[in-house]
Amino acid sequence: MDKNFAARRRRDLIIAAVLAVMAALAPLFVKDVYVQNILILTLMYAALSQSWNILSGYCGQISLGHALYFGIGAYTTELLFTKFGVLPWFGMISGGVIAALIAMVLGYPFFRLRGHYFVIATIVIAEIGLLLFQNWDWAGAALGITIPVRGDSWLKFQFLRSKLPYFYFALALCCLAWFVTWWLEDSKWGFWWRAVKDNPDAAESLGVVVFNSKMGAAAVSAFLVAIGGAFYAQYLAYIDPESVMGFQFSLLMALPAVLGGIGTLWGAVLGAAILIPMTELTRSYIGGSGRGVDLIVYGTLIVLISLALPQGLVSLFSRAKAKGATR
Amino acid sequence: MTALLETRGVWQRFGGLVANSDVSISVGRGEIVGLIGPNGAGKSTLFNLIAGVLPPTQGSIWFDGQDVTRMRAAERCQLGVGRTFQVVKSFETMTVVDNVIVGALVRNTVMREARRKAYEVLDFTGLAARAEVLASDLVPAEKRRLEVARALATEPKLLLLDEVLTGLTPTEAQTGVALVRKVRDAGITVLMVEHVMEIVMPLVDRAIVLDLGKVLVEGKPTEVVRDPKVISAYLGDRHAVSA
Repeated sequence: MDKNFAARRRRDLIIAAVLAVMAALAPLFVKDVYVQNILILTLMYAALSQSWNILSGYCGQISLGHALYFGIGAYTTELLFTKFGVLPWFGMISGGVIAALIAMVLGYPFFRLRGHYFVIATIVIAEIGLLLFQNWDWAGAALGITIPVRGDSWLKFQFLRSKLPYFYFALALCCLAWFVTWWLEDSKWGFWWRAVKDNPDAAESLGVVVFNSKMGAAAVSAFLVAIGGAFYAQYLAYIDPESVMGFQFSLLMALPAVLGGIGTLWGAVLGAAILIPMTELTRSYIGGSGRGVDLIVYGTLIVLISLALPQGLVSLFSRAKAKGATR
Repeated sequence: MTALLETRGVWQRFGGLVANSDVSISVGRGEIVGLIGPNGAGKSTLFNLIAGVLPPTQGSIWFDGQDVTRMRAAERCQLGVGRTFQVVKSFETMTVVDNVIVGALVRNTVMREARRKAYEVLDFTGLAARAEVLASDLVPAEKRRLEVARALATEPKLLLLDEVLTGLTPTEAQTGVALVRKVRDAGITVLMVEHVMEIVMPLVDRAIVLDLGKVLVEGKPTEVVRDPKVISAYLGDRHAVSA
């Protein structure tokens, strides 16, 4: 029994390594910058959704306010860079730490709420964050911050001639988020989180301090999402409140994991791999007419997938496995 | 030697309702004690106070020589109080063994050890064959068993069983009784709330009868069942007189 488990863990790791290598080789074949952009966004949202999944999927605290942490990552990096000349790499880490701290400060009152009330609180807080940044003059208010162009440099994490460095960073971030999840799955925290999600009362009776578990999940989740935000800001080279803290980011972090399979190791990656290209392609081929046909198609596809596979896309694989096992 | 568990003058009020009034009981090491009483006697409330779900309105609770009155359930678990729930609370999306690992993590910080401990407990409770099944796929009797397994994995000194034998078929109940004996033989003190008198009476060393939130009678099961006060509490005064 024990061996099965270890073998499954190893198999996941090997699949991930193979996929990562394949992804790393993709730029050899994909020269088109438009497609490269889609790949970068897909990897970024996979990473974000994987991070969101830690708090909302594993620990069961559904957040629709993660745009706040994304924005904090972006703003911390760019404010430190443009105002104090701090390199984006330090800004990125600082953004992560600040986001994690804010997640815990917010968690202190909000983790006492259960179910829907928690979700509502996360939405409201993210909206308040958005309003604050829209009116904060020092941080550029609604006009935002333009990142000064200093030429290609790894030190300043800025590249004008090629998208490839961004691609590899997004890939690395995606691998990191996946690996953290993989590692946490077989850790004390991972078990505590799933227990808290399934039944907080029973978890508490088994020595799990439910409140602290939620705080831990929130901190890890917010940290990783803020790193993603810092990356996005560098990638766009321009940020304003709406473009890094808008509600759509909260949704785009939740959707891939939900569609792929919430609280699973592969759900977020699988969901992002299907959802993000679908978003971009419907937008570029049938969008732009001003009639919103792309959004109708996009929404319909999401509804269809959720109806057919309520457990997420990963259930396609586990179903096949279950059949094989009964034989 | 001091008692393992003691409640001293415990009161619990919910608004105007008094669920426990001045309850003082003690449970000695190695005993199986039955907490019985008719519906609404305050058994479950007392049980939850001991487990740490809520603090008593008044009075104190002592465990293993320590005042635990203000301690939360998780802390009491770390001290050695394990419990099951009357309405089973399995972690439904997790496998049986994963459910038990959550409990085992209290005393084992290394995952490998927690996992080994979990399999050991599954063997002990007769669930080993179901280890890899999702908890949601278990039949009710197995779920009860899983509750016990999970609590045992925390390596408790005192195991609180909340109606684990209720609602089972006679055969299932007999296996349950055997399991409780096995637990006691492993050196764990048991306090069990039960409804079904004929099952619980041969099993326990001592019975405490609660009625209307108070301790009515306490003693050997054979004496308790003949006590007129107990009979009247369960069946009404008419029967008590004829007995």
